[in-house]
Amino acid sequence: MANVLEISNIRKSFDSELVLNNLSLAVPEHTATVLIGASGSGKSTLLRCINLLESIDDGQIFLDGEEISDPLINVDEIRRKLGMVFQSFNLFPHKSVLENITLAPMKVQGKNKDEAVTAALALLKRFDLADKADQYPDRLSGGQQQRVAIIRSLALNPRLLLLDEITSALDPVLVNEVLSIVRDLKSDGMTMVLATHEMGFATQVADEVCFLESGNILERGSAQDVLHAPKNPKTQEFLKRVHQAGRL
Amino acid sequence: MSERMNSAWSPSSREVERQQARRRISRRQALIAAVSSLLVLGTLISITITSPGWAVVKKTFFDLGYGRKVFPTVIAGLWINLQLTFIGGFCIGVIALGLALLRTTKSPALTPFRFIATAYVDIFRGAPLILIILLVGFGVPALGLKGIPSNVIFLGTVAVVLTYSAYVAEVIRSGILSIHPSQRAAARSLGLTSGQTMRYVVLPQAIRRVVPPLLNDFVSLLKDTGLVSILGVTDAVRAAQINASRTFNYTPYVVAAILFLLITIPMTRYTDRAIRQRTNAQSSEGVI
Repeated sequence: MANVLEISNIRKSFDSELVLNNLSLAVPEHTATVLIGASGSGKSTLLRCINLLESIDDGQIFLDGEEISDPLINVDEIRRKLGMVFQSFNLFPHKSVLENITLAPMKVQGKNKDEAVTAALALLKRFDLADKADQYPDRLSGGQQQRVAIIRSLALNPRLLLLDEITSALDPVLVNEVLSIVRDLKSDGMTMVLATHEMGFATQVADEVCFLESGNILERGSAQDVLHAPKNPKTQEFLKRVHQAGRL
Repeated sequence: MSERMNSAWSPSSREVERQQARRRISRRQALIAAVSSLLVLGTLISITITSPGWAVVKKTFFDLGYGRKVFPTVIAGLWINLQLTFIGGFCIGVIALGLALLRTTKSPALTPFRFIATAYVDIFRGAPLILIILLVGFGVPALGLKGIPSNVIFLGTVAVVLTYSAYVAEVIRSGILSIHPSQRAAARSLGLTSGQTMRYVVLPQAIRRVVPPLLNDFVSLLKDTGLVSILGVTDAVRAAQINASRTFNYTPYVVAAILFLLITIPMTRYTDRAIRQRTNAQSSEGVI
């Protein structure tokens, strides 16, 4: 299996604070890589660096073998191959659900309106949101908003989907409706990198789990190994705290 | 909620009592409001009409017969103000948007224009409008340039547009800056270019957010078009002034003031309503 994403020895700091420290990662096609770790361990920054929302200080990032950390690259062209979903949804409040989804296919991929709307409605129907097409985001529940945000990313048929703690802002009851979409995508063979605190969910979808601490991956392996038989004492400590918080 | 209401439901006796209590409270509040309004307004009116100079004021400011006589000339002048406001308003909108976009862009090719835009805003926002009107109105014709009309209405409009473009540019810019960076991040991560992000995501939200201050500026613009009268433009203010100075009766000023209010007050009310409807459609906050 070819690697969709390859990261080698990247480094990123904000002012004097080192956020990613010599981190490497490879994500093969059709697999899901789950990033776990405490807040501030660098999960979100890693995802934002992959999506070129942040520039890295050293190291390299490759997408399908092409170096995307090259400063001369066209970032807009790279980003249309990457889908990103945020913790706080970030839907466009002045556009209806349908317009949120069709904006990028029309403006970025140059699809005509009929094409874009047909595709968007098909996705909405698939994820049980067809009746919300003409609503504005503020009228939807958090779970519905996040599902729309996922669909908005999917509408561009991304090569790689980046999910940044997409359930952290949700009511526990709503978490599952969002995670079930991700499970669906996983079984469709979507390649994904996701940061999450939902360990049960991580066990279900992860091909590889990476435990981040102070900007580096301290332990990596299958969900069974990392989540249920961690070797690194820091991973054990973290999982114990998660367990106490009732998330495992 | 109404569609969820069960038709078989009838309020409990407790609810009936509560409704009665609420009605009693609102009746009492209405009564208090009426009494206090009557008291305050009554006092103000009685102070005015019992003042020693009231008879003179009534004759020189509120002469109905004279007011009716000057009405046609004042309203003809007001038509100039309105034309100035709408033509000027359009130009201001275009120029201000350009200035705001220049000041918020990071494009290196536009660096010199960014400096120019900043200097422009600093100058025209900082100088009194009446000075700009005088400088443009008397300075530009003195240059004797060919092709630039020396018509005072044109020059007055130019002066007003120059100044208001700076005000409005700052309002639009503050709207652009008020949009949360996460909106930009979401748009860029979908592959939209920075220009597309501005056009489809940031600007529509920013403009909507600054509609109330923009309306404020529009109302001020209508009023400030009265200042071009110093160049000799026969607008509503000038027309009133001519009539007043002929007879030493100031009723024309009151007529002009009332005419301005007849336009500005409905304009403000209309926009308030438009904003409310817009917010209700987009937000679940309801009518708070």
